[in-house]
Amino acid sequence: MSINQKIVADLINNKIEFVTTVPCKQLAGVIDEIDAAKSIYHIPSNKEDEGMGLCAGAYMGGKRSAIIMQNTAIGVTINTLVTLIQYYNIPLPMLISYRGELGEPVACQVEMAVHTKALLAQLNIPTYHFHHPDDVHELDSILKYSFMGKKPVAILTDASFWQGA
Amino acid sequence: MIRSEVLKNLIPIISDQLVVSNIGLPSQELHMLDDQPSNFYMLGTMGLASSIGLGLALAQSAPVIAIDGDGSILTNLGTLPTIANNTADNFILLIIDNGSYGSTGDQPTYAGLKTSLAKVAEACGCDNVVECSAEDTPAAVKAALDGKKMTIIVSKCESGNIKVPVIDMDAPVIRDRFMREVARRNA
Repeated sequence: MSINQKIVADLINNKIEFVTTVPCKQLAGVIDEIDAAKSIYHIPSNKEDEGMGLCAGAYMGGKRSAIIMQNTAIGVTINTLVTLIQYYNIPLPMLISYRGELGEPVACQVEMAVHTKALLAQLNIPTYHFHHPDDVHELDSILKYSFMGKKPVAILTDASFWQGA
Repeated sequence: MIRSEVLKNLIPIISDQLVVSNIGLPSQELHMLDDQPSNFYMLGTMGLASSIGLGLALAQSAPVIAIDGDGSILTNLGTLPTIANNTADNFILLIIDNGSYGSTGDQPTYAGLKTSLAKVAEACGCDNVVECSAEDTPAAVKAALDGKKMTIIVSKCESGNIKVPVIDMDAPVIRDRFMREVARRNA
């Protein structure tokens, strides 16, 4: 089973049926798997705060939801994370491509990477950093933790994680 | 006719429907006029009422009415292509278009100037777009509910506000009460 298949299998096993995505090169494979999964409604969004609104609505409609996005989106979504997802106690696993880390070819990505963990810490969002392919084995527990605690969680997946996959 | 009067006239039509209402005065007015477990009040996060409403409509089968404003739609204009391309025939987006940012002091929006939100929605690919007067809005919403097709209604009304109390319910209480009502309707 590839890492992309493992990630999507964990989403399905945790009864996640509604996933919104904003693409990133590192996430292309997992987005393809989401698209192919019959039990998941995949709804691409134009901006990540829009996607979080869709996820909040789907959750209230009885479908567990998740968002897949790049770490630059943390800058876009702080208000939505605070005044919608956290304020209303809505669980939201966020599978995040952690651009700007070791192996990054695009210098501008580093500028947001250096703020990513600090912003998530400031927001009191439980944050997990997948650096080695084996780290994926923690995903199942992280998803369960998000729904148990009704909180957003951030799973940062860096280039080393994806290259080793 | 201003937004609060449009909402008041809508109550007989929407009182028994799942309603997601926009941040600020629209939620406060709905809460004052007709507080119901079937209402989800946004207390923050400008722009996302239509997104929350679409997600809710796609996830379950009961009809959903999202009551949004022209300013909020402009804030989240990307919502219209997403709605157009993800058909939910149990979803009605009602845009109360008073051409102003009502909750912040009636500053003009571009929708009150040259921009037509109905034409934008059509250009985004939305199939059933209705622009109507404030007076005709209850009939338009009733027709959309009866038609069982995803519909965008742009209700053109005057700007202006009445004094309304803030909502003092806690956000998780609003959410939990609403979710129980959604589950009851889908049982």
